Amino acid sequence: MPGKIITISSGKGGVGKTTTAANLSISLAMLGHRVTCIDADIGLRNLDVMLGLENRIVYDIVNYVEGKCRLRQALVRDKRFPELFLLPAAQTRDKNAISIEDMNRVAHEAAELSEFVVIDSPAGIEHGFRYAVTPADLVLIVTNPEVTAVRDADRVVGLLEAEGWAPAKLIINRFQHDLVRRNQMLDSTTVVDLLAIDLLGIVPEDNKILSASNQGQPVALDDRSPAGRAFRDIAGRLNGEDIPFEAIPRQTIFQRIFRSR
Amino acid sequence: MRLRDIFRRKTNSPQDIAAQRLRLVLTHDRANISPGMLEILKDEIIAVISRHLEIETDKVMVSFSEDNRETRLMADIPIYTARTPRAEARGREESRLREEPLD
Repeated sequence: MPGKIITISSGKGGVGKTTTAANLSISLAMLGHRVTCIDADIGLRNLDVMLGLENRIVYDIVNYVEGKCRLRQALVRDKRFPELFLLPAAQTRDKNAISIEDMNRVAHEAAELSEFVVIDSPAGIEHGFRYAVTPADLVLIVTNPEVTAVRDADRVVGLLEAEGWAPAKLIINRFQHDLVRRNQMLDSTTVVDLLAIDLLGIVPEDNKILSASNQGQPVALDDRSPAGRAFRDIAGRLNGEDIPFEAIPRQTIFQRIFRSR
Repeated sequence: MRLRDIFRRKTNSPQDIAAQRLRLVLTHDRANISPGMLEILKDEIIAVISRHLEIETDKVMVSFSEDNRETRLMADIPIYTARTPRAEARGREESRLREEPLD
């Protein structure tokens, strides 16, 4: 049975698509799955750096599509999980190097080799977005709890519904419980109600994300990172496990009164 | 939360403002109509309805309602009936009362 194709999308740039793609790929591999992640952001590739695999790239997706190599040759094997593979984007080409049919074919071939295919979509809603969501069985929309990011997420939800693409689920990234508690940030209920799609996970803001991408070691590998834990939970839910959403950390009365910000 | 926040009502917190703005932006995005265009639409609705009915133009409300991604255009148009105290009639009544105070 071919694997499940999951596309990570958002509309807006900079909300954490690539971080999510890297961490979900790692988390699914940690659960013992055979995973292929595809960097669909041709011309602006970064998934390789997030995963720490940038030095291992020989061929890329455009080389494969143009018949210059076989799929197996273009796939980069992860150094931590032998069952995790990256199909890198081309860095010196643009999105037009690949057609919707090309991506559809590549994604389905990858699905023959793996249990999960994770596609990291480019930002925007143009050609790159379209070829990334076309093969998907499920689209994960990443947003941040701010007006601009949710607005763009809503455009993506609307497009997916209008074009009859795959069902969408929501990941709220960079969530700050303390700001929500102080009524400074949109809460998850408001975002979920307005977008009217299922929530798959809430990833808290975490300083470890930066050092993780600096080192090419996604936070999902870090037992003590709250964001890493959230990504592992999301992978578990994709795996069909019933994992409850983490309760909002409670503050003591002491913290409430003497908070210094 | 700071000590003074505990005693302060937070009706217009950044969170509330963000939610209100987001709701409005999404409504207009989904319906593909700008806020200015909605005002024009409202004026045109008033003009058409007024040809057939006497309406309270200053109380007309045109807005969108959202229910699970389904958007509806809602127009609330109060109509003058025989039993509606008209503005001018109301005005006359009040001035009459002022002129003829009850004993």
